Amino acid sequence: MSTLIPCPHCGDRPVQEFRYGSEAPARRPQTDSSIDPASLSSLLYDSENPKGLASEWWQHTAGCRLWFAIQRDTATDLIAEAPA
Amino acid sequence: MSYSALSLLIHAFRGHRDWQPAWREPELKPAYDIVIIGGGGHGLATAFHLAQLGAGTIAVLEKGWLGGGNTGRNTAVIRANYLREESVRFHAHSMALWNELSSTLNFNVMFSPRGQIDLIRTWGKLRDLRRRAAIMERHGVEYDLISTRRIREMVPDLDLGTEGAIEPGFGGKRLPVLGGAWHPGAGIARHDAVAWGYARAADALGVDIIQNCEVTGFRRDGQRVTAIETTRGSVSTSKVGVAVAGHAGVVAELAGFRLPVDTWPLVAFVSEPLKPFLHTCINCPATQIYVNQSDKGELVIGGGPDRYRSHAQKGDWETVENVTRSLIDLFPRLGRVKLLRQWAGMIDVAYDTSPILSRSPLDNLYLSVGWGSGGFKAIPAGGEAFAKLIVTGMPDELIAPFGLDRFQRGRPLFETASASARG
Repeated sequence: MSTLIPCPHCGDRPVQEFRYGSEAPARRPQTDSSIDPASLSSLLYDSENPKGLASEWWQHTAGCRLWFAIQRDTATDLIAEAPA
Repeated sequence: MSYSALSLLIHAFRGHRDWQPAWREPELKPAYDIVIIGGGGHGLATAFHLAQLGAGTIAVLEKGWLGGGNTGRNTAVIRANYLREESVRFHAHSMALWNELSSTLNFNVMFSPRGQIDLIRTWGKLRDLRRRAAIMERHGVEYDLISTRRIREMVPDLDLGTEGAIEPGFGGKRLPVLGGAWHPGAGIARHDAVAWGYARAADALGVDIIQNCEVTGFRRDGQRVTAIETTRGSVSTSKVGVAVAGHAGVVAELAGFRLPVDTWPLVAFVSEPLKPFLHTCINCPATQIYVNQSDKGELVIGGGPDRYRSHAQKGDWETVENVTRSLIDLFPRLGRVKLLRQWAGMIDVAYDTSPILSRSPLDNLYLSVGWGSGGFKAIPAGGEAFAKLIVTGMPDELIAPFGLDRFQRGRPLFETASASARG
């Protein structure tokens, strides 16, 4: 992996300063009480876990502590897109 | 032909010129009763047990070569010291099968039950291991708390740190070893031999093992898989067993559903060969390292997973540095030893770090995935249980807790006694 992670506040910093959080898909639907158990379970637990481009939450734990999303290719470990 | 001391002697007199290949290399037929995806330990063991049950015509599809994935990349440790009752019961059964495996398969898997010491360096870990010892006792697995004096007798090279020392670097450690837990039934085996032994035994029972055959898609009729598309053509089948590691999400995607599984790199490495000095497996959860010495004399070393998910099959240098630092903390005299090789296995870790041995959202597709960092030790029991699941369509009592429906029912099985357990 490129060992630099682009923090929107601090710029490119070594990966050791960061914590990987989780997948960052825009998948949370408008929930109401009618959501069925299977969909709720999928929402809570399932991962897309792609071999390829993934959208992920990272936190700059040893820096500004900002949470941000990046696009990363899990097959090559390269950062595809810097955060907006 | 059966392998024995006599057959070895006969071949020796013939100059070892006419050994036959241990399994055939058949062409993929257009149809099978059962197709297993994944030619690692779990896939091959499942095929072997299916053939023993007389479940019809069986094929094993392997993307690369046999045991080329996590079966050949793990650190070969076999143990049953888990946290959950369900996991302990399953792994105790697996350990019993390991003890018989070489004779079951007529193939020497070099199972060496040399025991494991878990080093305790915090009071929290002491409480944790006491609890695990109590659970394991209920399932007949020996797991005893031992003193530092006993650890010193067993492994004189270990630096346990000075009791009461506070300042690191002055003969003390920040976390001196308080004691240990001794798991005498644990051991290691030769991982390649496990894949080859199961492959040979399955092949002898008529299973077609197809290597260099990657699954590229599924043809479905409603909720049933009717055929599998592969790089070697399509094959129709009435049942599918998925026994892949590192690619569970990719195969699930092809089949049209998602799994509660993420893929992480798990780094391992070996040192140059040394004279025998380490006669047990050593595991130190506080500094995330486990190490054993192979029969060739190499130290086989592993640690925790990397800090981020990946499919890149290489692992992060940071982990290598951390694990070697932990190694030298335990064995200062190894400071000048060279490392020979470093590699990473891609482990599929479920949300609760327990395996998924289960029916799937599709009617005739079954899952043996999400084994995390613990798949190797589970091969004999996993293959046996998965074969039964595929034949009957219903999980038996041993594996019922590992069903995919546990998440929906609010019964996840959080397992912390695993290298892949998160924080």
